[in-house]
Amino acid sequence: MATTATHHDIHHDTHTDEHEHHEGNFWTNYIFSQDHKVIAKQFLITGIFWALLGGILSVIFRLQLGFPEASLEWLRPVLGGWITADGKLNQEFYLALVTMHGTIMVFFVLTAGLSGTFSNFLIPLQIGARDMASGFLNMLSYWFFFTSSVIMFISLFISTGPAGGGWTIYPPLSALPQAISGSGLGMTMWLVAMALFIVSSLLGGINYITTIINMRTRGMSFTKMPLTIWAFFFTAIIGLLSFPVLFAAALLLIFDRSFGTSFYLSDIYIQGQALAHEGGSAILFQHLFWFLGHPEVYIVLLPALGISSEIIATNSRKPIFGYKAMIGSMLFIAILSFIVWAHHMFVTGMNPFLGSIFMLLTLIIAVPSAVKIFNYVTTLWRGNIRFTPGMLFSIGLVSFFLTGGITGIFLGNSAIDIQLHDTYFVVAHFHLVMGSASFFGMMAGVYHWFPKMFGRMMDHRLGVIHFWITFVGVYMVFFPMHYIGIAGFPRRYYSFTNFAFTSGFADLNMLVSVAAILTLSAQFIFLFNFFYSMFRGKLAPANPWNSNTLEWTTPRNPQHGNWPGEIPAVYRWPYDYSKPGAKEDFIPQNVPYSETPESNLPHENDQIKLEGSGDSGSIVIGPKH
Amino acid sequence: MMNSIIVLGVILILAILYLIFRVGSLVNVAKGDSGSKVERGNDVHGLLFIVFMVVSLVGFFWYSYVNFDNYTLPIASEHGKVTDKLFWITMGVTVVAFTIISIVMFVFIYKYRYSENRRAAFYPDNHYLELTWTIIPGIVLAVLVFTGLRAWNDITSPPSKNAEVIELIGQQFAWTARYPGKDKELGNVNFKLIDATNEFGLDLTDSKTHDDFKSLELHIPVGKEVLLKIRAKDVLHSVYLPHFRVKMDAVPGMPTHFKFKATKTTQEMRDELGNQAFNYEMACTEICGQGHFSMRFPVVVDTEEDYERWKLSQDSWLKSNPDYMKNVPAGLRESAMIKAGIPVIQEVKQATAVGSN
Repeated sequence: MATTATHHDIHHDTHTDEHEHHEGNFWTNYIFSQDHKVIAKQFLITGIFWALLGGILSVIFRLQLGFPEASLEWLRPVLGGWITADGKLNQEFYLALVTMHGTIMVFFVLTAGLSGTFSNFLIPLQIGARDMASGFLNMLSYWFFFTSSVIMFISLFISTGPAGGGWTIYPPLSALPQAISGSGLGMTMWLVAMALFIVSSLLGGINYITTIINMRTRGMSFTKMPLTIWAFFFTAIIGLLSFPVLFAAALLLIFDRSFGTSFYLSDIYIQGQALAHEGGSAILFQHLFWFLGHPEVYIVLLPALGISSEIIATNSRKPIFGYKAMIGSMLFIAILSFIVWAHHMFVTGMNPFLGSIFMLLTLIIAVPSAVKIFNYVTTLWRGNIRFTPGMLFSIGLVSFFLTGGITGIFLGNSAIDIQLHDTYFVVAHFHLVMGSASFFGMMAGVYHWFPKMFGRMMDHRLGVIHFWITFVGVYMVFFPMHYIGIAGFPRRYYSFTNFAFTSGFADLNMLVSVAAILTLSAQFIFLFNFFYSMFRGKLAPANPWNSNTLEWTTPRNPQHGNWPGEIPAVYRWPYDYSKPGAKEDFIPQNVPYSETPESNLPHENDQIKLEGSGDSGSIVIGPKH
Repeated sequence: MMNSIIVLGVILILAILYLIFRVGSLVNVAKGDSGSKVERGNDVHGLLFIVFMVVSLVGFFWYSYVNFDNYTLPIASEHGKVTDKLFWITMGVTVVAFTIISIVMFVFIYKYRYSENRRAAFYPDNHYLELTWTIIPGIVLAVLVFTGLRAWNDITSPPSKNAEVIELIGQQFAWTARYPGKDKELGNVNFKLIDATNEFGLDLTDSKTHDDFKSLELHIPVGKEVLLKIRAKDVLHSVYLPHFRVKMDAVPGMPTHFKFKATKTTQEMRDELGNQAFNYEMACTEICGQGHFSMRFPVVVDTEEDYERWKLSQDSWLKSNPDYMKNVPAGLRESAMIKAGIPVIQEVKQATAVGSN
């Protein structure tokens, strides 16, 4: 609430009250805004920009993999010297593309773009707060991310190329510019950008946690919070505990690169020269990296799971099945995510006994994941399903989570992982379970909350076309990779012509590339729909999906402060859909039990006397029925 | 010219698509709100999911069956049989689970699509159900874990004393192998001694290095345990022997190892596959720079006799690089020459004598 006061202080003389905008000028409203909703949109639009770029990079290297004979001369106007004299993609640039695709998608799209957007947008709206605990830190969080983005973006254009050692930036490759040109300035910029990114992520995370703990509206106990909020809460905690470790890892790498220390480097002879480094451990970096890297998978995935839980319940018109089990499994996943990291390192030379322990812990994490899938399926059972684009994308998420998650059982088994490690099987696995599932969660979220973000509806038909092409396209891209992986094809290969055992599957590789191009093209339908609907879409009702959560009790275009009057109090959990006896098939969280005697369960009648009198009057804009 | 036609064509197509979209939107507006709680075509999606499920499951089983030989690599090692068996057991379990869950999910999606006359069931939880599907995956995973653990412990157990020791060295962008020679022990190395010729960094003050020899092919005997000692000179690499189900990173500054037993000679595998051009191969599976995809190292599995014969035919490194005799401490020179297989001629003997004086 302090933030709204601040805004009145910087009240500017050029302000216009023509429509829903609150006071302040263009700069304070849209650029350096401290309103969580504006910051969420900033994250979203930056995330969309990065997603498009990351997608384009992947299509460029898929051209190389799917059509190794084709001339890429036509890309010379864009890529310049990275196209060799005979019209091929430069081999180091290929690795740079792979590296930047991974970095962009994992961090800039699925961490900042997903968590940044929806944590910011939904936490205050769904728990009933006027804004984040600190609007200023929140603004800083975006601008650190923005600065980080600018640096990462510029690194794409420098003459030695962006970082090229893989998104995991394992030293010594990432430490030695003589080993790969991307480890020169490009890697420095990568490290600086990531350091800023971590700062942004921590500022955001602290804010999310504080807001959820301290700023819930009256009645919003932890057990009445929507699953989205639970997911964002766990995500923020995971991020807060793991990102600093990446920061430390990056800092030591900076020391090794620039100040001659030997944290990761030892016994290196490169280009006719023995380096002075001794006593470092390359494996140390991998431990540190994956101590973030594995929780990062859940930082990416949990918000998507939270979003889909909410959307599936709303559009099945049913309570989410096993609300407490869903929270429990997320909690369990969040804890386990910290003690499974070394399953990325079974064959790195790590002590095999550690391998056994990490295999055990890793396969345990499959249990809460399985529980989540079963709960989603049971939520659909005997529902009354509306296929909104948000719902379609959520169903897609569950399908990817299943298909991609199940292959984790192979990879988590160290004995089986010996053969599959660093093959296309791994690529297929994590692109489905983490990449595509989270991406679909993000898309579902955009379609579902667009009406609250921009006050207008996105076009339904374009949305469903976008879904079907993307859903089928993603499967066509990643499913064939399982076969290629079982056949032993290693990942990050520029071409497969050097080995007899990788001489086959040119057809599948071509199919994958064609599907990738198709899938990327379909995203332009979304882009058009997104920007067109922002200005020309149908006006949205206040609660277009007949949903229970608090954000839908705000007016069509909530101003800074979210509710024009008092913040509504909460009386019930967020999943009272299709309650027997109720008039409508939904009862918003702010409706007290005293108003719904016809549908109350016995123990809920007991709650009535605790509700106090006249509180229901605090509902300012009633849900539109 | 061609380019501008393409650009024009694209613009035209986009314009047409936009027009279709606008006309569609206007028609929708004209038709007015149907009054239904769902958009038109809600049922279509339920049906499409069923079609998707049937087509993709049939496609999955059909492709997996027809192309089985294309995507499975023949196995040529003892532990490979174990890990492949585990792989296929896991595949069986997961494919059954995957198929059942997929079918159930898509059928629910189709069956419970929106209907105006129905109301969804208020079914918030069922502890028995939830316990069941926590415990069953738990048990299944426990079984998989324990079979996996046993295999893993066997594979990573200490090598036997008489295992054939071979060193593999990764560098940008090639592999080399070092064999211990007749003394069956690899001599000491030091990365600071590496130069253009002494690419192993052999420490010639250690007499065990004197009979070590270099090979640009990995020769291994069939049916005998092989211990690969793996290191890297510059950046991470990874030894990958796909047919033997062997993979282990090569790390600068931290030697690693992997033991295994080959079960089929190259010739046996050629006969089995009916492909006389077949060769075993070794690849790199850890990103190491621009030539990562080209680090091919030929692998030959010999019968034990052929293997011993091949070893005898190889010249020691010191014999191939006699200039480096000067780095051998004077007192060791004679024994070094004998070990390295260099004929001990009088001249050198004298020089040795002078050197030691």
